[in-house]
Amino acid sequence: MPLYNEPSPLEVKVLTRRFGLPNSASIDTYLANDGYKAFLKAVEMTPEEIIQEVKTSNLRGRGGAGFPTGMKWSFVPRQSPKPKYIICNADESEPGTCKDRVLMEYDPHQLLEGMMIAGLAVDSKKGYIYIRGEYRYLIDHMERAIAEAYSRGWLGKNIQGTGKDFDIYTHSGAGAYECGEETALLDSIEGKRGIPRLKPPFPAVVGAWQSPTILNNVETFCAVPAIIRDGGAAFAALGTPKNGGTRLFCLSGHINKPGVYELPMGFNLLRMIDEVGGGVRNGKKLKAVIPGGSSCPVLKAEECDLAMDFDTVAKAKSMLGSGGVIVMDEDTCMVKAMLRIMRFYAHESCGWCIPCREGTTWLRKILTRFHEGLGERGDIDLMGDIAKNMLGRTFCALGDAAAMPMISFVEKFRDEFEAHLAGSCPFGQVHELALA
Amino acid sequence: MLEQYPPGRQRSAVVPMLLYAQDEVGAVTPELIEEVAKRCGVTPLQVNEVVGYYSMLHKKPLGKYHIQVCTNISCLLVGGEELYRRASQKLGIGNKETTPDGRFSLEEVECIGACSWAPAIEINYDFHHFVTPERLDQLIESLRKTE
Repeated sequence: MPLYNEPSPLEVKVLTRRFGLPNSASIDTYLANDGYKAFLKAVEMTPEEIIQEVKTSNLRGRGGAGFPTGMKWSFVPRQSPKPKYIICNADESEPGTCKDRVLMEYDPHQLLEGMMIAGLAVDSKKGYIYIRGEYRYLIDHMERAIAEAYSRGWLGKNIQGTGKDFDIYTHSGAGAYECGEETALLDSIEGKRGIPRLKPPFPAVVGAWQSPTILNNVETFCAVPAIIRDGGAAFAALGTPKNGGTRLFCLSGHINKPGVYELPMGFNLLRMIDEVGGGVRNGKKLKAVIPGGSSCPVLKAEECDLAMDFDTVAKAKSMLGSGGVIVMDEDTCMVKAMLRIMRFYAHESCGWCIPCREGTTWLRKILTRFHEGLGERGDIDLMGDIAKNMLGRTFCALGDAAAMPMISFVEKFRDEFEAHLAGSCPFGQVHELALA
Repeated sequence: MLEQYPPGRQRSAVVPMLLYAQDEVGAVTPELIEEVAKRCGVTPLQVNEVVGYYSMLHKKPLGKYHIQVCTNISCLLVGGEELYRRASQKLGIGNKETTPDGRFSLEEVECIGACSWAPAIEINYDFHHFVTPERLDQLIESLRKTE
């Protein structure tokens, strides 16, 4: 399997260290390169020790929220008589994000091992990988890896004579961004429409099928074998304080060398664009960057000299999110970019909460006419107002995910919105797609 | 498929069962809804409400080759819209329409997870990355000729 993009010499390869090896997805390659060693080590540890190691690593959820993984695991009531479940969120749908795909494609056993260790940590015997339906080839791919693990005694009953049992299954989604939200995913895996649940109770206590559940992103589980094998402290040392380890960053947009790169937490964003990504393409100037998937507030070029970890990006009033770094050059029409993002959220809003359902559609309509030069001056403040009134008023984060970029685009690129009042798009771009 | 879920939780199979069956049958037909409901132990209405929610489930048959062009932000920045327009012109159909011969259908899709290799399209379940207009033409032409 050829890699999608050339690796960068600046990468620090922990999760991607087996990428590029011959047959990197096979269990033989995995076993020959430290595979499943962490599981055997974890078998000798108590659940408390496993969770402590993950806490020490400062691993934070890679799906976007950045919640400390060890703490999440510690919330599971291990004494509960109910079965416990390990669910992997492979519903990767955040625009700008394509890292879970490569992790599953090149090293599927690393993910299985991470889930198995989570199983040891909370006394769970069953895991499910919820994969978005569009990734059918990866569902087949993971099924092959799972079958391989069973046939070699790394899944099933009494794994390698340790007395531990663990089963893993895949579960296909069928096209719904909302199902990447953890509680909507749980409804979806139960065979319903993916609609968010009220929290608390949190999934750790009442998750899938009313049972305690650990739900983590693919990249989060994939970090676990290295943490157990080499120790949490070693992983933590790769990153910045409270932001342990490395992160897979997906560079996309107007950049010379787009691709997925594993870099230490806290890597400088400008260096990432210039030195890893080869700079803005066609010699253009950088205008803006969305640092972590489309739901994150946009950063202007002059705000981009910052360390890419959860806390530093939060201080810059944006989010590290899912690692999708979207680069926009000086010729980008920011109204059009925002319109496309809002069309996405309006399409994907599940309709459960009114502020999100109505707000996203209203904003899409305003942005559509605004971009075509039919806007009024009052629309600019109206868009900001609608978005601010969506914030925090919905069950899940989708409403905020739509509102936050909207607020930031209006605040930071107000001049471009005003330029559209002249009756047409100053960048000469016409929005002619009629997808309502 | 039903056995992988906890006892009494067969309803969990509804979404994947619908999708896999749709791939065989071509669309989510009323008969299919009845059958899935029976196997999963739920009412046809409970299956129907699921069908309406998920964007990959279709009640009308798709073309033999379902061309999905991503125009979301990462693809938009590098020509996703141009690809969509070109595909639409070349096939003579609009969004979510099927050619009269049933060979092609077209859909403008949301992010398909190929942002770093944009612009990207998916034909049925096959990804195509860094698609140029010329490459799109070639792909469509070659699919016109296949049996």
